[in-house]
Amino acid sequence: MNLLNEAKNVIKTNIRDYGMYIALLIIMVTFSILTDGLFMSSRNISNLLDSAGYIAVLAVGVMLVIVIRHIDLSIGFLAGFLGAIAAILLMQLGLPIYIVIPIILILGIFAGSITGFLVAKVGIPAFVATLAGWLIYRGAILLATEKTGTIIVDNDAFNAIGNGYIPSIMEVGGLHLFSLIVGAVGILFYVYSAISTRKNKIKYNFDVVSKQMFTIQLVFVSAIIAYITWLLAGYNGISWTVVIILLVVIVYHFVTTKTVIGRHIYAVGSNPEAAHLSGINVSKITFLVFGSMGMLSALSGILFTARLQSATTTAGTLFELDAIAAAFVGGVSAAGGVGKVTGAVIGAIVMATLTNGMNLMGVGIAPQYVIRGGVLALAVIFDVMTRRQRG
Amino acid sequence: MSDYILEMNQISKEFTGVKALSNVNFKVERGEIHCLVGENGAGKSTLMKVLSGVYPYGNYEGDIVFNGNVQQFNKISDSVDAGIAIIYQELALFPDLAVYENIFIGNEIQSNGILDWNEAIVKSKQLLEKVKLKVNPETLINTLGVGKQQLIEIAKALSKEVKLLILDEPTAALNENDSENLLELLRDLKDQGITCIMISHKLKEVIAIADKATVLRDGETICTLDASKGEINEAAIIKNMVGREIDDVYPKRAKKELGETILEVSNWSAYDPNLGRHVAKDVNLHVKQGEIVGLAGLMGAGRTELSQSIFGNAKNYKLQGDLFVDGMPANFKHTSDAIKAGIAYVTEDRKGNGLFLLQDIKNNISAGNLKGISSKGIVNENEEIKVAEEYRTSLGIKTPSIQQLVGNLSGGNQQKVSLGKWLFVSPKLLILDEPTRGIDVGAKFEIYNVMNELIDKGMSIIMISSELGEILGMCDRIYVMAESQIKGELSKEEANQENIMQLATQ
Repeated sequence: MNLLNEAKNVIKTNIRDYGMYIALLIIMVTFSILTDGLFMSSRNISNLLDSAGYIAVLAVGVMLVIVIRHIDLSIGFLAGFLGAIAAILLMQLGLPIYIVIPIILILGIFAGSITGFLVAKVGIPAFVATLAGWLIYRGAILLATEKTGTIIVDNDAFNAIGNGYIPSIMEVGGLHLFSLIVGAVGILFYVYSAISTRKNKIKYNFDVVSKQMFTIQLVFVSAIIAYITWLLAGYNGISWTVVIILLVVIVYHFVTTKTVIGRHIYAVGSNPEAAHLSGINVSKITFLVFGSMGMLSALSGILFTARLQSATTTAGTLFELDAIAAAFVGGVSAAGGVGKVTGAVIGAIVMATLTNGMNLMGVGIAPQYVIRGGVLALAVIFDVMTRRQRG
Repeated sequence: MSDYILEMNQISKEFTGVKALSNVNFKVERGEIHCLVGENGAGKSTLMKVLSGVYPYGNYEGDIVFNGNVQQFNKISDSVDAGIAIIYQELALFPDLAVYENIFIGNEIQSNGILDWNEAIVKSKQLLEKVKLKVNPETLINTLGVGKQQLIEIAKALSKEVKLLILDEPTAALNENDSENLLELLRDLKDQGITCIMISHKLKEVIAIADKATVLRDGETICTLDASKGEINEAAIIKNMVGREIDDVYPKRAKKELGETILEVSNWSAYDPNLGRHVAKDVNLHVKQGEIVGLAGLMGAGRTELSQSIFGNAKNYKLQGDLFVDGMPANFKHTSDAIKAGIAYVTEDRKGNGLFLLQDIKNNISAGNLKGISSKGIVNENEEIKVAEEYRTSLGIKTPSIQQLVGNLSGGNQQKVSLGKWLFVSPKLLILDEPTRGIDVGAKFEIYNVMNELIDKGMSIIMISSELGEILGMCDRIYVMAESQIKGELSKEEANQENIMQLATQ
């Protein structure tokens, strides 16, 4: 069987990328069986994706920070702090949401740039600089919520970011039509871009998979998108959180793979000295990556505050470690230069799936930590082994 | 009958197909200072690594007789136990530890695992006296200059009751005064019965201090000169060092009129605050359009540092002097400024700071000039592929696909990728730092051809090379560097191996 051999080969050469998807699939199937299908219900999957949102967004940012060989510990409490500021601006100052969100995002960029300045210009190790940020923002949340305690947000538009769904237009057989349309457009877009990439590769005589194999891949991915869409459409439709994750993924995927800046980021990560000698401004890239990290922290803070419909005094606790774990599960290399946006998001979903599935099964919090830690370790071991094989 | 403390007989050592040493005989008499001289790559360091057990017994052919016994060193500590100590050019001290801690590191004075620091300090004082160094043993290493650090290395060796002390270019990083002191100390140690092997590029020192001098060339022993017979003099050493035949492996290029001066550097000095010394001093040089200018010299002469100081001051040296590009004063704040001005620098350390090993060929080639293949910040990947394919063909990069990771390529092909990256920037002046180091003869020839083509197209090249043959075969004009200074300028006609080596070993 040629096709089978080819399939083996394709999986082997892309083992790291596919491994993650396969792992996710196995985890999901396992939970479905263990919970008698409850796990794969529309309602649960919808919930799961919404609960992964604020970590997924952070994971994308911190993945890039790790790619350029730094780390950011301050992002969790920065997210919590900016979430609190958002709540204050909305509730206590009564500013409209379309002003609050840009302000929060800009504050995030500003905070990230301070870290960038300390790391790139002053030369403080990122671990220390952001550990200081961790303490400072932790204190800042407490200060911001000192008088009021938890700030309840009762702004419907804002809360919809964390709990709302895109309009349905009309329901067809109990499914949300607009969500179905979005899913269909997504599939078309995927098929179109896959075909045009393949055409391009053929034009330049690059190795491509055979036509049968390619068709199988197309059908497989389309089926997954269709299935997820169908699941979501069966509950409340696609949530705004999912829309935001998708936007972040699309924008960051584009920037990292198609633009000069993206190339420069990976160049700085894989060999900073060579990058400098190639005329790449290493400190500018460092600034940029930390700036983006700050912005995504702000976004994460908005998502979390909207989801809880309130800003709490402990918001953001341990987000940073969850995001870093997600990035590593998603295949970022601690040595720098390697990491994908899609990987980071899948990593976040894997971690959220574990939590969600184990919660459904009623597994206690203690074994949950142990199992999530084990999965993180396994992912990194897998990473090291596959990389060694290739080398 | 001479009393040899060390006899190395018929030593051969091979690195995957390359003979680094072939049947080397090297004999050292007890109590003498024996210098080992030769060009870069002649095999001096390899020979010392064989002796010290860096290459374990069985990894080489031939035998080592030390102190009358045949030795089979399996690891470095075996040779240390036998009484052999090597002090490398890059000092192996711990900068944040005190002098006495450094002296006794790995050889701690202890009883039952508890260290006796007081004893260590007392003994350190005695050892420091022996090397005539007046510092408090509790001083941190990083507060001392290189000269003093060198002496501490020697004190460390003495603490292990060394019988044979080997110094690898001990004065390379030292100023005149410190060098003089060091040589004086070696004479003292000799009087105390310590035998010494010194590798040196500075012939004046060799003449001043050596009882004997053995010359290596291309992995073979050429001769051993004896001072007592009056054989050690500059002419004799140089003649034996450079006697290699220069074969006709250098492609000819048509003689052509040179254009305007495109780069000029005057009274140029670069000070490295980390090393605490000048890496380039009072340099004057110029390059005309259409010219290959050679920068000859031995390793550590400051050629790389000089080029990097010109190329956008990549290492953040403190600079003095003037730089002119096309007759206009230039002040580069960043490597990107130099690139914009049309200067490219192809590093000697491909893997270390030249290439992105985990990325593919096309990404490496485009890395210096992504702007050239992008619009509004978006990379045109079709254009990128086209460019990469062009260079793959024109430079003859042997690879199944430009999607191959650069880390998987051979040295020669990596060098071509590195070259391709800079050609894509289309510079006016290309600085090639050791462009053929570590690559095979065929690939070398291809790179020479590329250089000639570039000159035909009107580019200019500065070539840094430690290989005299290459310098003589390719360059129109040659500057010789030593000790961070330009020691002389030779035209193609007047240059030969002897006079270059003479300038380089000053």
